[in-house]
Amino acid sequence: MIEGIGYAALVLSFVLALYSAGAAAYGARRGKPELIESARRAMLLSWPMISVAALAIVLLLVGARYDIAYVAKVTSNSMPTYLKITALWGGQAGSLIFWSWLLATFASAVALRKWDRDRDLLPWVIVVSMITLAFFLSLSVFVENPFSRLWITADGGQATAFFQPEGARAAAPLDGQGLNPLLRHPGMIIHPPMLYLGFVAFVIPYAFAIAALITGRSDDRWIRVTRRWTLVAWLFLALGLILGGRWAYDVLGWGGYWGWDPVEIAAFMPWLAGTAFLHSVMVQEKKGMLKHWNMLLIILTYSLVLFGTFLTRSGVLSSVHAFAQSAIGPMFFAFIGISFVVSLWLLLRRWDDLRGVNQINSMVSRESLFLLNNFLFIMILAVCFLGVIFPLASELFTGQTVTVGPEWYERILGPLFAGLLLLMGVAPLSAYGSSSWRRLGKQLWIPVAISLAVPAVLLITGMRSTAALLGYWLATLVAVVTLYEFWRGASARGRRHGERLPVALVRLAGRNRRRYGGYVIHLGVVLMAFGIIGIEIFQTETQGTLARGEQLTLGRYVMVFDGLTRFITEDGREVSRAEVSVYKDGRSVGKLFPRQDFYRAQNQPMTIPGVRSTLEEDFYVLLVGWEPIGQDGATFKVFHNPLVNFVWWGGAVFILGTLVAAWPERETEPARRRVAHAQTLPAGD
Amino acid sequence: MPVGLWLVVVAMAATMVTGSALAQGEQPTDDEVNAVANGLYCPVCENIPLDVCPTQACIQWRDTIRDKLAQGWSEEQIHQYFVGQYGDRVLATPPATGLNWLIYLLPPAAFIVGAVILVGVVRSWRMPPQLASKPVGEVAEDPYLEKVEEELRRRD
Repeated sequence: MIEGIGYAALVLSFVLALYSAGAAAYGARRGKPELIESARRAMLLSWPMISVAALAIVLLLVGARYDIAYVAKVTSNSMPTYLKITALWGGQAGSLIFWSWLLATFASAVALRKWDRDRDLLPWVIVVSMITLAFFLSLSVFVENPFSRLWITADGGQATAFFQPEGARAAAPLDGQGLNPLLRHPGMIIHPPMLYLGFVAFVIPYAFAIAALITGRSDDRWIRVTRRWTLVAWLFLALGLILGGRWAYDVLGWGGYWGWDPVEIAAFMPWLAGTAFLHSVMVQEKKGMLKHWNMLLIILTYSLVLFGTFLTRSGVLSSVHAFAQSAIGPMFFAFIGISFVVSLWLLLRRWDDLRGVNQINSMVSRESLFLLNNFLFIMILAVCFLGVIFPLASELFTGQTVTVGPEWYERILGPLFAGLLLLMGVAPLSAYGSSSWRRLGKQLWIPVAISLAVPAVLLITGMRSTAALLGYWLATLVAVVTLYEFWRGASARGRRHGERLPVALVRLAGRNRRRYGGYVIHLGVVLMAFGIIGIEIFQTETQGTLARGEQLTLGRYVMVFDGLTRFITEDGREVSRAEVSVYKDGRSVGKLFPRQDFYRAQNQPMTIPGVRSTLEEDFYVLLVGWEPIGQDGATFKVFHNPLVNFVWWGGAVFILGTLVAAWPERETEPARRRVAHAQTLPAGD
Repeated sequence: MPVGLWLVVVAMAATMVTGSALAQGEQPTDDEVNAVANGLYCPVCENIPLDVCPTQACIQWRDTIRDKLAQGWSEEQIHQYFVGQYGDRVLATPPATGLNWLIYLLPPAAFIVGAVILVGVVRSWRMPPQLASKPVGEVAEDPYLEKVEEELRRRD
């Protein structure tokens, strides 16, 4: 019954989305505002419809309806209720519905805003968002139906379908398979929703951009209207990526947080395009330049969002041939291809209208550096894209597949990221319009001199890695320049308003949230850079099998295997928990408890490390699960990760900066009130 | 005790000591195995390096590495052995053969081409120096229109 209502609501929302797109397009072409209004209402109505469908799935998940195929796949009796709810995005069918629900939510929010000033953009924003929604709903309605049931066919086999197959009867399993144990970690629960929020929110600025292209507008209205959407989308995407890294570090058991896995890169690429876009639009708003770039970047971001969803959902990454097993792969491929081509065609139609108002006067002007910024980000994007595509292309054209691993990415991207760091340090000191190398040099030489102190000290204390020295120098340069910008702005304001420095700083940031929020984000990046350089270049590891009482050594650390306990938890996990004592420079720094959880139902082990975290480093101990574990011998893999916690703290500063930048500014007093107030004043004032 | 017996005992002890020393010297440590495995990817799992892969197959492959190291094989030889068995995909980076040259050539080529295009385009945009002194402002010339635009901008 619930599944019937859910599927009906799903189909209805699909029909509404199609109608909305069609009515808006027709109404815009034929000049019928009532059709456009009807389209807007249909767009609003699609949200409660999808909400009903999503709610239906959640009710089925919580209600242990294992006769529904999706429920049987992602839940089980031993799972707590909150995990059953989050299982909504634990599998393919559910997460597609979640994606659609998010898009419907954002589209409705957009539909409810005041459209008086942008009447001409409205119909096309509806068209773009509803076509996207219709596409995702079509995947759920026709291919990955979350309401499909399990049937036992006449010959005893199992079938999955929504409508009863001939001669089959309903299956009624007593328990489900349960969510993959890796997905039960808090980090993993929140990581997909964060990523999806980021992905989906980028559809809105894209819709406005396409609307601007179709209506022939060459101003920056679409950018200003969607500024907050872009920032929020970017925030969630960044948060999703950082949380994903943290989750990998906490539970995936290989001592790292980023493996240059194609699935990771699939989410990284839209973030790269989005970051370039965020920066580039500033130049259009200030100087009316880089309009072609901005259109291209938002089109790229949207396409990469779809591509990222496609990569992770279609199975193409395991093999080019696996991708055609479900219809999802080809459907995605077609939709991405068509939307990209159409978007580019729309851009080319308006190419001349988007010519910049101003010119670039100097190679080192701020607009020139922003252009360089775009170039570097596009290069990084292209490298990532090549790395992901190459194995697939190789398999397609030569039949032989290859692996593109972290070493290739790091070798090529290292210099590009260094270039970005350098830009982050130089650009804030540059000026719009005319500039010269000498002028920039005069601004730069003090921060450069100060920042060189850091690599100098490191060199003296024995560091010999060129990459690390260069990286630390550049990161310090960015920190010095950014802090200087804060100081310069705050002291100028303090002098003018007679405020003390801390007050001036807060008021300054409050008045100019985008710029100073942006600088806080840059500081977050600096901290993350320190952490990344530390762990990537200076990580050490060792592995050894220890009997009880034996020890192993890694650098300044000594670890002793004290003992092992085994127990079974309430939810059916078999846990082997080791106890180790850790000593640094001969002094005890505590005990750690690395463990292995074995989930009987899925036949899946999970290794949870024991970690001693300080700002300086992590001492990270894994119980190696695939070797025998017992009192007389257990194998441990131990990592020393210098500065890794700078990555997480830097991430927190990064998020804080984004919140500062996105926080709505207090409205200036509306004119009406001011005029009315003036009218109530006695004459003569 | 007769000298002969002493000699036998000493000889046996010496053999045992050197024998065990030799055996210990030959047995590669986990770290040495991992160092070699790090350059390889699991032949059957997706995108998992061989030194962290937990499957039974990977355990056996690491044992193979251990045996080969004990026999004195170099890292390069062991990598080539795996390539011979399972193909190029077991290597962490594609070998520079055949079509794979593309993946080493394309990034620097794209960078150089892109940089040249960028510099060329920027140079062609740049205004001739005599005009550079007069700043080209934003579109509005009418001061009233400019005020209206400013007011509207503040409302966004």
